[in-house]
Amino acid sequence: MTALLQQPGYEEERLQRVAEKLPCRDVQAGLLLSLMGQPQQYSFPSIFIYGHRASGKSHVLQVLLKELELPHATVSCVECVSVVLLFEQVLLSFFGCDAASLLPRSPSLSDFVRVYRQQCSQSPAKQTRYIVMEKAELLRDTDANLLPALLRLQELVEDNVTVILLSEIVWDKFRPNTGCFEPLLLHFPDYSKGELQQILSQDRHPSYSAEFYSSYINILLGVFYSVCRDLRELRHLAALNFSKFCEPLAEGKVKDTDTHKLWRNIEPHLKKAMQTVYLREVSSLQWEQMQQMEEKETGTVRGLSAHTHVELPYYSKFLLIAAYLASYNPARTDKRFFVKHHGKIKKTNFLKKNEKTSNHLLGPKPFPLDRLLAIFYSVVDSRVAPTASIFSQISSLVTLQLLTKVSQGDLLDAPKFKCAVSLDFICAISRTVNFEILKYLYDFL
Amino acid sequence: MSTSSVSKGCFVFKPSAKKKKTPSLKDYFIHGCEGAEDSETRFQLCQNLWDKIKADTEALQDELNRKILDSLLDFTRKCSTTRQHSDWAAQMRASEIPTAALVLGVNVPDHDMTFQSLSDLLQQSVSPHVASVQAKECGALKHLMKRVLERLMDTEVTLDDEEEEVTEQTSTQLHNSVHCSLETLCDWYIAKTKKSFSGTPGKKRSSPGRDDPQQPPVVIIFKDLEAFNPRVLQDFILICSRYIQRLPLMFIFGIATSPSTIQHMLPHSVSSLLCIELFQSLSCTQHLATVIDKLILTPDFPFKLSDKVMQVLISIFLYHDFSVRNFIKGIQLALVEHFHSQPLSVLCCKKKEALLNVMQLSHTDLERIRQLPSFKRYVEKQELQEQTNLTTDDTHLKEVCRKLIKDLHKYHKNYYPILRCLHTMTSALPRYPLGKQIRELHLICLEKTVWENEDYQSAMKLLKMLAKDELITLLQRCAEILQPVKSKKMKKARVHLEELLAKFRQLDTVAAETQSCVEDSLISPVKNLGKKTDLFQLQKTLLEMNETRRSKKLNPFELLRNEVVEFIDSLVKSHLSPPETQTLNEVCYYSSSTAVRRHLNATPRTSIQAALSSPYYYLQNNSLKSEEGSVSNAAPDICIAYKLHLECGRLINLYDWLEAYATVVSAAEGNHPDSDNFGKVDEVKHARFIRAVSELEFLGFIKSTKKKTDHVARLTWGGC
Repeated sequence: MTALLQQPGYEEERLQRVAEKLPCRDVQAGLLLSLMGQPQQYSFPSIFIYGHRASGKSHVLQVLLKELELPHATVSCVECVSVVLLFEQVLLSFFGCDAASLLPRSPSLSDFVRVYRQQCSQSPAKQTRYIVMEKAELLRDTDANLLPALLRLQELVEDNVTVILLSEIVWDKFRPNTGCFEPLLLHFPDYSKGELQQILSQDRHPSYSAEFYSSYINILLGVFYSVCRDLRELRHLAALNFSKFCEPLAEGKVKDTDTHKLWRNIEPHLKKAMQTVYLREVSSLQWEQMQQMEEKETGTVRGLSAHTHVELPYYSKFLLIAAYLASYNPARTDKRFFVKHHGKIKKTNFLKKNEKTSNHLLGPKPFPLDRLLAIFYSVVDSRVAPTASIFSQISSLVTLQLLTKVSQGDLLDAPKFKCAVSLDFICAISRTVNFEILKYLYDFL
Repeated sequence: MSTSSVSKGCFVFKPSAKKKKTPSLKDYFIHGCEGAEDSETRFQLCQNLWDKIKADTEALQDELNRKILDSLLDFTRKCSTTRQHSDWAAQMRASEIPTAALVLGVNVPDHDMTFQSLSDLLQQSVSPHVASVQAKECGALKHLMKRVLERLMDTEVTLDDEEEEVTEQTSTQLHNSVHCSLETLCDWYIAKTKKSFSGTPGKKRSSPGRDDPQQPPVVIIFKDLEAFNPRVLQDFILICSRYIQRLPLMFIFGIATSPSTIQHMLPHSVSSLLCIELFQSLSCTQHLATVIDKLILTPDFPFKLSDKVMQVLISIFLYHDFSVRNFIKGIQLALVEHFHSQPLSVLCCKKKEALLNVMQLSHTDLERIRQLPSFKRYVEKQELQEQTNLTTDDTHLKEVCRKLIKDLHKYHKNYYPILRCLHTMTSALPRYPLGKQIRELHLICLEKTVWENEDYQSAMKLLKMLAKDELITLLQRCAEILQPVKSKKMKKARVHLEELLAKFRQLDTVAAETQSCVEDSLISPVKNLGKKTDLFQLQKTLLEMNETRRSKKLNPFELLRNEVVEFIDSLVKSHLSPPETQTLNEVCYYSSSTAVRRHLNATPRTSIQAALSSPYYYLQNNSLKSEEGSVSNAAPDICIAYKLHLECGRLINLYDWLEAYATVVSAAEGNHPDSDNFGKVDEVKHARFIRAVSELEFLGFIKSTKKKTDHVARLTWGGC
């Protein structure tokens, strides 16, 4: 195993430690090491590493760079709300805070390059410097010149520096259409079941034996592997459910070698966890409380999605109903639904054959404000004055995200809205005001 | 040599301090006040009452919020302590950010107060580091960051790509200026905690059991989660989760709709970083019920609302905004209006004060009393001699007024307990004939004589069918309601109730004997029923059965039950008469519902249309008077243009409109219809027309369109 991690220029002992910290990723680590070469050697200008979430990309790099004590800067692109933060962090970790303060206000890329060159002429690199960019896919949303420049930063600053990009998506989705320097691509495959088992077994509980914990992980994977392969999630679940697993042991009912009995005990519990805590219906804290409470009271804790009931003022309900009708009925059918004596429109004529597709499958359509109000006045049973609060209710429905405004721009110019609630929701709402909405929906005629 | 120079200058005249003095509240109140002589007393009374109402509602609010806030505080404390546990499981999931989802309901205007008290409480008892953010100030991630950092660190945070606040920065300032990243916050937090740690060295190690003051959590409150841009929120949470090991963060989400919004807004990858716990606040209708209970259904406040005003306020609450705060604002408005417009409101105060104030009434005030409809009715009922006395003798009137005021206070003292009793009796009846909520019953009682109401009759009928144990519990509750009331009549009523209850208890002992004879009388017609097949016969027997049941002898329980119901009925009849029947009710009751509605539920659209179609309504200029539906040609330009545009269809030809306008205006200028330049468009008219049209566009009646050249589109429908 350690045979793979051999590279002249590094201490044997350190490489050994790295190998221990990186189970199941020795191939990738070895490849990276050989790419990096000896500390003082120039490395490839940019390396692009991709793989699914929790496949060890950041971990491998962190361990390598930290253990081998290489100069590096790690930046998460999520955090860089502006490029200046990125520049600063890089300069800070390579040259100290004096260098970072040399950057002007709102610096451009060339400012960064200038400061970098100036600094590295004072303290040239003895070892390859590494810039690790996590969540590199966000770089696509920044200035168009940033990504190409980072890819050939080595040339630009004339320093021994390598940029390593980490991402969850493939390089093809990055390539700018103007063309750029192609980085070296490196794929981190997902962990297999066996590998997951091996990694998870490592963080065992200090007061239990390694075999016991490993058998627990085995059972856990048996339940969860089909739905979740995310190492972090699995680790989280393992930690949450372990106490329950140990329960019969603590009570002295079962010996720690009797895996079958332990499995029988924990399996329904894990199944339940899959439906609740894995989906974050209940929080992990509540889950722990539920474990302590036992079965009798667990019914009291309801998941997040169980609370869908929304209380609204009376007219807001009708406004929402009117918005729903306006969103899902074609405008030309309004006359049929809302005018009392709409003449003799035969149902057969009225239903166009080519409009077979359900409006509910197509999703909500935008409608203008005056249509909403016209429908509102005809569905609400009493006479309503067009007061200011009716209009403010519309805007508060928008802030509650029950309606969405489609057209931006000034309100005078006939704003358009869409209704953003589901059929179930609107049915529940209309039931509370005794309004039979299905009678007014074109799709359910 | 002559030099002439012209100099231009700009001189500033500071207004003298005396002139600048803004009139105080009192001056505003007294200005334009009805019956100015005692307006100061009225202002004082009004002010005192309002202060009391305000203090009471605030106390109530705190009381109501206490439960949820307490559980929230517990949660925050628990989170900050578990973080410091070094136990294995806690370490394994330390990367989750504890999050409280606080469901507050849609009454958004009320939330501010809740959040304010929440963050105050948090700062007092959990952590000094609390920041609350609102969606409208956090459009982008960097703004959110900036707000959070600013509020936590109490410093200016520079956003590097914002040029607006460029100042000459010296190099030292440059160092001090803070960058907008969590890294900075982290450093700041560590420095802060270290500082306090060094202040009390060694303490941290010694008492690790209690929640550690050295590591207080950093609480961020998102006031309105729904309005946040999901993208921004996701990124922020992602960033925060990177620092959670160093920075004990904690979130509180304020949710207006339902907790499932969290799942709509955040993908699994993000929500898995949170440890969400749900907290549900009291529903706003319950909140309103308590406020009404404490503020309105009590004799403590002399100021009362009439049924119509009450109706307006409640319907605004239920139909429009669900906001308790606005409801209280409505009460405030009514209060001020009452004291402002009713000169006799000097008597609207505590009994003692009112009695004193009666003696100080001036002649004009007494005349006003004589004009009161309720007082006139009272006078009519008196004997002739007394009538003349009342209308002529001021001192006698004062004496009578004292008596009447006392009566009014007595009436209120008895009204509310009996109202509550009636409510407890009827609120559980099937189909709720008198309403589920006590406010509904209160409205019925305010409106008209409740015992003449059909629903009341049916409720009484239903009461006569109650089972024994139900009836007994209801009566016991009534007795409890009457318990604390200090009034002779109520005490008497309570004694009577207790007697009735005692009788019920006695019944149990004699119940067994009567059982058998009752059954006999019932069974015989039922037996006959089996034989009949004819419909007519069946009907006849059923009628007979009905007869027998009616005439059937009642058993002691039923007798007693009827007695109880009659007793309740007599209580209602003697104490729940509508306030209008009370003499001098105008002193306490504010009844102008139109004023309240006009102020609280404005109709801008109707006002604009009223202004445009009948400018006389606002301008009060006699030349603008015109018959219904037409506009005088002397009206402002915009009114004429508006009137003309009503005659058009969806698209309006601008030139035709201009011509029509010019004709009307020419007539207004007094030009003879046959003269040459009648209806001719000159530059001035053209300009005036264009201004009128653009004003209409500004008001949203028309807009420019590309459908047809030289046309504008109408945005309203209908016309003359």
